Amino acid sequence: MNKWKRQFLAGPYLIWIAGFLVLPLAFILYYALSRSDGSLTLENILAIASPVHRKALLLSLRIALICTFFCIVLSYPLAMILNKIRSRHQNLIVFIFILPMWMNFMLRILAWKMLLSNNGVINSILEFLGLPGIDILNTPTAVIFCMVYDFLPFMILPIYNSMARISPDLIEAARDLGAGNARVFFKIILPLTVSGVVSGIIMVFIPALTSFAISDLLGGGKVLMIGNVIEQSFMQEYNWNLGSGLSFVLMIFVIVSMMLMNSHDKEGGGAGIW
Amino acid sequence: MKKHLISLFLGVFSIFGALSLSGCGNSSSENSLTVLNYGKYIDPIVLDMFEEETGIHVDYEEYVTPENMYTKYKAGSIDYDLICTSDYMIEKLIQEGEVLEMNYDKIPGISNLDESYFEFSKAFDPETKYTMPYFFGTVGILYDTTKVDAADVTTWGALWDEKYSGQIIMADSVRDAFMAALKYRGHSLNTTDEAQLLEAQELLIQQRPLVYSYLVDEAQDEMIAENAAMALVYSGEAALAIDLNDKLAFSVPQEGSNMWIDSWFIPKTCVHSENAEKFLDFLCRQDIAQLNFDYVYYATPNKALFDSLDAELQNNSVIFPGNEVLSNCEVLKSLDPESTKRYNDLWKEMKSKN
Amino acid sequence: MVKKAAERFYLGLIFLFLYLPIIVLIVLSFNDSKSRVYWGGFTLKWYQRMFRSSNILNAFGTTILITLASALFATLIGTLAALGIHAMKSRGQAIMLGATNIPLLNADIVTGLSMMLLFVRFTKLGLSTVLVAHITFTIPYVILNVLPKLKQCSISTYEAALDLGATPLYAFYKIQWPQIRSGVFSGFLMAMTMSLDDFSVTYFTKGAGINTLSTMIYTEMRKGIIPEMYALSTILFFIAFLLLLVMNFASSGREHKKIKERRRT
Repeated sequence: MNKWKRQFLAGPYLIWIAGFLVLPLAFILYYALSRSDGSLTLENILAIASPVHRKALLLSLRIALICTFFCIVLSYPLAMILNKIRSRHQNLIVFIFILPMWMNFMLRILAWKMLLSNNGVINSILEFLGLPGIDILNTPTAVIFCMVYDFLPFMILPIYNSMARISPDLIEAARDLGAGNARVFFKIILPLTVSGVVSGIIMVFIPALTSFAISDLLGGGKVLMIGNVIEQSFMQEYNWNLGSGLSFVLMIFVIVSMMLMNSHDKEGGGAGIW
Repeated sequence: MKKHLISLFLGVFSIFGALSLSGCGNSSSENSLTVLNYGKYIDPIVLDMFEEETGIHVDYEEYVTPENMYTKYKAGSIDYDLICTSDYMIEKLIQEGEVLEMNYDKIPGISNLDESYFEFSKAFDPETKYTMPYFFGTVGILYDTTKVDAADVTTWGALWDEKYSGQIIMADSVRDAFMAALKYRGHSLNTTDEAQLLEAQELLIQQRPLVYSYLVDEAQDEMIAENAAMALVYSGEAALAIDLNDKLAFSVPQEGSNMWIDSWFIPKTCVHSENAEKFLDFLCRQDIAQLNFDYVYYATPNKALFDSLDAELQNNSVIFPGNEVLSNCEVLKSLDPESTKRYNDLWKEMKSKN
Repeated sequence: MVKKAAERFYLGLIFLFLYLPIIVLIVLSFNDSKSRVYWGGFTLKWYQRMFRSSNILNAFGTTILITLASALFATLIGTLAALGIHAMKSRGQAIMLGATNIPLLNADIVTGLSMMLLFVRFTKLGLSTVLVAHITFTIPYVILNVLPKLKQCSISTYEAALDLGATPLYAFYKIQWPQIRSGVFSGFLMAMTMSLDDFSVTYFTKGAGINTLSTMIYTEMRKGIIPEMYALSTILFFIAFLLLLVMNFASSGREHKKIKERRRT
């Protein structure tokens, strides 16, 4: 089989993305640009500027940024420490830190609900210790807590992988040439792990920005993120046109911002998980 | 080593394959019935029993609010055979011509139901030909007697009382939430008057900082776990919660409330009408009605069942609201599309305040 | 020494953060009281109830079916696609990779909704729609795992084999397959992970009565919390733990062998 013919191996995939990727997106665009009676309009797209939707988008952005920030701050030192462990069981130790990823996403939310509710585990412990209780369930704080918990492994892995790829010889050479700890970190480790951080950001920021299940279950109906608005316009208000318009805006927003980030990441989004 | 690994995975794989085939192989068999119902609104055992007795496979789907159900149905992506929902939503679907006439002759068990409930149903099914009543009840405040003064909850104002800030669970359902606000101000719960709606929205916005969470089916669970002081709930949920936690009590405020009837109807998408009729007949059977009654604890229109209950249960005013309560209640009516949208918009606007 | 202690402490802290919620669920699963706070004695009744609940068992079966089937299909289509893309000129490659990146970067909710709009227009929602949706969003992970492996192996060996009269299939099996096998395998595992963890896409594309674990738990949680869920958490956690242990020892054995081989040569 020559090279030209071999291209046809991508045929099934091409058909698949035409039918199940391009066509569905065309549907979103069609619904976004029309009213329920079929006439064309831009109002569903422009609806993002209305106070309700703008607020929801800004809240989502804020939550997603905070969540991503905490994930990076927690994961980076962790990845450095894990990378330093010299043991036969290094892989196992790393696995322990990403294992929660394989427990069902919903059950992880359930766990936080148990911990945070008014009468929950944390408050009972605080009460036992004679400390004032916290009431953060049904606030954005609870949503952020749970998101950091949920998405942390997705940040740890790519950073750890990019760190593990740095050859120890490189660091040794730098030290031999008289570089101090700080210099080694800023001149070698940091630049070489940027791609891992970028992958991590992609894996954390997008789900955090667009999730609706976490805010639904831990927000008690008081945390309205853009994902909730979209879900409700589809599932409660039967306004598919509005929902599609908002989805379309969200999609463009996410893809453009991630393409920009991705241009720094030559490895391809998050492919380093395994 | 790699070979071992792959053979290991193939092994695991085939075990899983066998498991999954036995688990859910024949979900798309011909002899089936697709049912759409509120969450927590049937004893799961009843579904198993029905499948066993008739050999009909039931695809059972749940929803949270009537609006939720309307969307699921209207999406047209699933052919539902049988749906249970509330009065005003059925009225809306009847008006839209989405409901098939029910052949009561095919449902002999319907004679178990009390005639008077078909009278109630005339509010949304004037000629009594589309629906079969399932449960009915009122809406009120479920409260924790150790945290709330019983005198406070005789009025809807309790839901706006700063004393209970952070301890109030509000309904996460447009019409129910507006009902409380409208009734508190002495308006009809079917109002389409803009000034009254804005007044209600203003109230709901004021209430927001006091609210612990907006929930529907979870409210009962949160109250039993004593996570909040009071919640806006349906009467049956309250009765069940009181059974499980005796610190709780229920009150229908004096300003009046909503009396609702949830009924079954056969939608236009029905493809297994015979199975649907069998299922309805099954639900009317006294032992089945008993199971469902014990599970959901709402007032049952099943007279045969009612007569067999203990006097104590029969006189339980939380489950079976007395006439003095009912006479003070209104039934929700279907609104025109404009007003429905207005309610939704006002609700969404309130929800996005922070 | 102080630094080492600080590092250990940090590891311990993150470990607690990650595992405390899971431990709470496990403890509650043995609690003979519906309360979330008080200990009412040891019991296994939630496990018994869980194994009797057709709702939970069906969701478990459906999840395994969907996960394995979608990962298998995705691996097949994705590996073929990677071979094809690899043979393309750079512009074709860029376009294909761009398309591949879309489901990866796109929000789950948008992927799910767009598929729902398509399915609703042409067919009825059911098990197969969930399967198609899962295959669609897992293919990219396979491609992105296989493609780098293909880039590493030289095409000339393969072409030499062809010149020497090997059939394309034989040449592929003997020459390319051993080199990309690990990529295909990790692509398969990643596709499984993603499919297993998905909620949004399933939520929008599932038919009546069809639930994966994620959607089943979501529906249950919106009704209140039942202790059977704690039992389910415990079991799922230990399944994941065992699988990872097995995989870890298998792969560390592999590394070990590699090192040995390297020493020998």
